[in-house]
Amino acid sequence: MTDTSRNEALLVADRITRRFGGLVANQDVALTLERGKLHALLGPNGAGKSTCINMLSGDLPPSDGRILYQGRDITGLSAAERSRVGIGRSYQRTNIFPKFTVLENVRLAAQSRRQQPWRIFSQAMKLQWSIDKAMACIAEAGLAGNEGRLAGVMSHGAQRQLEIAMVLATDAQVLLLDEPLAGMGSEESAKMVEVLKRLRETRAILLVEHDMDAVFAVADTITVMVNGQVLESGPPAQIKASVAVQEAYLGQEDSFHV
Amino acid sequence: MPLLGESFYTELLAKTLVLAIFAMSLDLLVGFTGLVSFGHAAYFGVAAYAAALLSPEYEAANLWLVFPAAVGAAMLVAFVVGLFVLRTKGIYFIMVTLAFAQLAYFVFHDTALGGGSDGIYLNLKPSAELAGFQPFNLDNPVHLYYFALAMLVLVYVFLARILQSPFGRVLVGIKSNEHRMQSLGYITFRYKLAAFALAGGLAGVAGFLYAVLFGFVTPELLSWHHSGNVLLTVILGGMGNLLGAVAGAFAFTAMQEVFGSWTKHWQLLMGCVIVAAVLFLPGGLSAIPGRIKRTLQGDSIHD
Repeated sequence: MTDTSRNEALLVADRITRRFGGLVANQDVALTLERGKLHALLGPNGAGKSTCINMLSGDLPPSDGRILYQGRDITGLSAAERSRVGIGRSYQRTNIFPKFTVLENVRLAAQSRRQQPWRIFSQAMKLQWSIDKAMACIAEAGLAGNEGRLAGVMSHGAQRQLEIAMVLATDAQVLLLDEPLAGMGSEESAKMVEVLKRLRETRAILLVEHDMDAVFAVADTITVMVNGQVLESGPPAQIKASVAVQEAYLGQEDSFHV
Repeated sequence: MPLLGESFYTELLAKTLVLAIFAMSLDLLVGFTGLVSFGHAAYFGVAAYAAALLSPEYEAANLWLVFPAAVGAAMLVAFVVGLFVLRTKGIYFIMVTLAFAQLAYFVFHDTALGGGSDGIYLNLKPSAELAGFQPFNLDNPVHLYYFALAMLVLVYVFLARILQSPFGRVLVGIKSNEHRMQSLGYITFRYKLAAFALAGGLAGVAGFLYAVLFGFVTPELLSWHHSGNVLLTVILGGMGNLLGAVAGAFAFTAMQEVFGSWTKHWQLLMGCVIVAAVLFLPGGLSAIPGRIKRTLQGDSIHD
């Protein structure tokens, strides 16, 4: 496991709740994301995982509760503002710029750190720092050599890697990854797991994922959600042994296998 | 006129140059930022009226004052309108831009501010004199048309440069996937507002030229017909292509003239052509070179 000296709590969800009319999609959900750790969020469809990640990324305001980044209350910040603070996210449905090249997708992400919008007569493709940064992030996400390809025509797996590269280019310290392995073949999946392991070393990761083998292979902590609430949270061994978790998923074989 | 010689054609060319600048300014919004404004004539009209209203009645105005003032007025109005309309999306954005343009139309149509529904004349063309030196004279038709042509080139170069800049890349990113741009940390509202004001200002360049070239302004310049015509020009030329917008302007005025000489129901024919263009030529006129190239090379290579 990772050494404890780096275990700095970066993002804390302090009993966040989200109601949609009468429906409570998330109730008093508490999570802590630490640097150097990968925290997996599990649960059957409809358990509230997406609502939770949307609240953390700023796509959805919580009805109640607080979100703290390095101790600072960021509950009121928009998605764009949270990205500037250091929280990056990838989406469940691939969310890229399909008509741009891989390089331009990631370069645009890098550019967001030094926007200088008033420099309307400088050339974007001559901003060497943004290109260097993009190239480094593309390599880190395992896509080196694909810089010139059109993002939209790449394989699904490569597009998911591209999303990771884009998040990295924003210098995100917290990565919120919504099902990065969804729809991947086993080979692509294994590659991505390696990428995740590498990224975890210096950052905090929240991983929403259905692929149980992958989750138990990389997670340091697992939180299981059911019906909008946290059922159990702890190290993988504890979750595997949990009677409550076993019971909750009995009869839900199609969506969840422990 | 240096190129053609007859006054009928000079007027036609003037109209085309103005429409081309106007269309390029709208293309910045529609084709590059993904904002379909249906009220772009408002900023054209505001600048045209500003040019007429700021010029003294029996004396030539100073071009170097009245031109920036007219463009600035259009930009300012666009900025203020943008603060409101950019909070909406899709069909609502189209309707709200139209509503603001109609508002501006009725301000000039129903108040004495700009001569009401008759409009006002701009009796004397602005003087280009600068500290006793006159580099060109807009009373000279040759100079006037070269001035308009120079503006067209300047606006083109200006927009082409902007689209290559980091700012321009963000606009294209917003068109492609605004939500993603936000999650990457771009406060897209600010970029859209800057683009909206900029496009308004450039529409103002066209509006100012119109006022100077034709010597009169009417509320019709702000009407939704005018907003619709420029939108059709952009679509005809091919959205997201500056030279396409220029080509669209030439095609639009040419069709207006040719069909107009055949029948007074020319808009019927024009409508048919636009429908055909949208159906059979997606990408507009600017897609034609690529198509020809592909046909010559054979389709198999391309796929």
